[in-house]
Amino acid sequence: MMDNGFSSPRNDAFPAGLRVLVVDDDPTWLKILEKMLKKCSYEVTTCALARDALHLLRERKDGYDIVISDVNMPDMDGFKLLEHVGLEMDLPVIMMSVDGETSRVMKGVQHGACDYLLKPIRMKELRNIWQHVFRKKINEVRDIEILEGMETIQMTRNGLDLPDDGHLVCGEDLTSVKKRKDIEGKHDDKDPGDNSSTKKARVVWSVDLHQKFVKAVNQIGFDKVGPKKILDLMNVPWLTRENVASHLQKYRLYLSRLQREDTVSLDGIKHSDSPLRDSAGSFGTQNSINKQQLDVANRSYGFPGNSLLVQNTEPRSHDSERKGIVSKSAAEPKGALSFEVPDSRKPKSSQMEFGHSFISPGSEVNFAEFDSNFPTRFSWCEVPQTQLKQEPKPLHLDDGLSQLTLPGKQQRIQADYPQPAPPIISGSSVTERDIGSVKIKPLNDECRNNASLASSIGSTIETSHVQTKTHAASHQAFDPISINTSSMKNQTSYSSCISDLESTQKNINWGLSPFATLDDDLQVCWVQGDCYAMNLGLQNIEFPEYCDPGLIADAPTYLYDAVRFDYENLYDPTEYPLIEQGLFIA
Amino acid sequence: MERNQLHRLVALSRQPLFDQGFLDEQFLQLEELQDDANPNFVEEVVTLYYRDSARLILNIEQALERNPLDFNKLDILMHQFKGSSSSIGAKKVKAECTFFRENCRAGNGEGCIRTFQQLKKEYATLRKKLEAYFQLRLHAAPSEKSVAEEEMAGIHLKMFLVSEAL
Repeated sequence: MMDNGFSSPRNDAFPAGLRVLVVDDDPTWLKILEKMLKKCSYEVTTCALARDALHLLRERKDGYDIVISDVNMPDMDGFKLLEHVGLEMDLPVIMMSVDGETSRVMKGVQHGACDYLLKPIRMKELRNIWQHVFRKKINEVRDIEILEGMETIQMTRNGLDLPDDGHLVCGEDLTSVKKRKDIEGKHDDKDPGDNSSTKKARVVWSVDLHQKFVKAVNQIGFDKVGPKKILDLMNVPWLTRENVASHLQKYRLYLSRLQREDTVSLDGIKHSDSPLRDSAGSFGTQNSINKQQLDVANRSYGFPGNSLLVQNTEPRSHDSERKGIVSKSAAEPKGALSFEVPDSRKPKSSQMEFGHSFISPGSEVNFAEFDSNFPTRFSWCEVPQTQLKQEPKPLHLDDGLSQLTLPGKQQRIQADYPQPAPPIISGSSVTERDIGSVKIKPLNDECRNNASLASSIGSTIETSHVQTKTHAASHQAFDPISINTSSMKNQTSYSSCISDLESTQKNINWGLSPFATLDDDLQVCWVQGDCYAMNLGLQNIEFPEYCDPGLIADAPTYLYDAVRFDYENLYDPTEYPLIEQGLFIA
Repeated sequence: MERNQLHRLVALSRQPLFDQGFLDEQFLQLEELQDDANPNFVEEVVTLYYRDSARLILNIEQALERNPLDFNKLDILMHQFKGSSSSIGAKKVKAECTFFRENCRAGNGEGCIRTFQQLKKEYATLRKKLEAYFQLRLHAAPSEKSVAEEEMAGIHLKMFLVSEAL
């Protein structure tokens, strides 16, 4: 087996350096494929046994970009391996065989193979395998956004105590998501019955359905979960095990990203705050948040201190420094949501401390200046730090997954909406909320007021980021919600948006007392643009790339830009950076 | 004989293998993979193939001695062998594999045995031809040969070509 450095993902000259794992019990083919792939400038690792392959994959979760495997292996059926890889690692898998019978090929596709090659394999067929990696990344982002959206909606619902009829989530939100992502029917609140008609009809994971799913997952225990168990618990007759399995896969991915974000950013700041549920902070942007946000959100999922967390340290409320709330410590590379705790006004680029990377360009702008300066434009809702009702479940990010049961808990999302929460900033206010979980609940109303630029971003950022500033709605910081509002409008049409920041505040129980104090001060302004950046893992180099310069450059433009920001653009580029694989598509 | 000529002749010497259907494009693919990093790639692959496939041939032979024949097992074994043979572009061998599998599916034990015999013949013939080719190639390879040695290499090559033509 060749061991090529499982080094960090290649960022440049993609697809060169693509890390391929080849599994074939035929030594002759293994040798040939290895040579062919090397000629394509890929990094190749070979394996003669399926179990060795799984072992390698498990050992280095992010060590490979794609797997190519023969269908007939002595120790394990190739299709089984395919399933394992898909579920556990979620990597694209290409099957190979000398047998090209339609039934076999179909079976491969059914089991999730992204391609099926017939031996003898030509070089040119191998040259293009990178497209599968690329495609998967794009879709993942999309899926995560959707999930985020769903979670956000859920959280919003919970937070606002609204009937579970899906009305909360403004159709626009979903629609916007849909439009943006061109996801057809993925999110609708369509009657599930529709699904049963077509064979293999796509299941529409409505918010309700997803809620049931999450509930089931939590009940079982995230680490013990399995499609069959979930299916049984959900008690949805028309749903199949396959539907659940694929949704679970996406969900896992989503959570793990959140978790990752959290862990990184969590710098010990664990705010119990649960995501602002009520705070409507959930920006609708969930979508936009792209993965990154998810990450962030994920992290913050429950973790108060996660990435978003304001760096606790310096709660400077008005401090001119904006601190990126992001967990500084971790400075999550991924752009943990960094709330910027705008210190009063200075748009500091530093805000994003955490992500750093992100804000760098002038991140200052993004942060809403609190205090008087508060440019309302930044609708960054101040992320109420833990305002979210969330149960302060100490989500151990570490466990990440196991804790993930939270998803059910709205913590993730929304957190934080501008509850009065003291801006997450500076230390005290750890908006932990989920910065990671950028699920920003649409602070609709509130935010709107404020030029919700932030909101748009906020959505991803999850309310958590939203500054708690909202106390005063008119805080300097502009209502965190406001951030959302304006921007949010675009995206999140969450009606649940905190119509009133104040009320939101009430709703949200900020676990963190410090927040209260922060009140005026730190306003974590989620600058919309920033948010993205932050979430994204600011570290990503890409960050500046995709970030609309206008966003960062100066508030005004940025605000507007943010509003107009096309999520797709926003995170697409960033997505890549976040992508574990490091598949950087600049 | 000049080096260029030698090389050209060596290259030409393998042409009959294609013309007569012993090898297909896959063999050309292997040649394309040959480079400075792996100057003898094709030979290495072929050697690996013959070594590994010998094991498969043995398995099939053993399975054919069973009574009654387990056609399913035979089919699986042959599937493996066919896959392997496709790696070097062994065209005729692959064709025999297909016939064999058809016999398996039909439950034709006699057919299986007959086909297998034919398969082994093709397998052996190809091996000889390839070995000869690699030998020639070796002779033609740049080396510190004296003029006399080169002359000898040239003669060997001519003899080979003549024998092939016959």
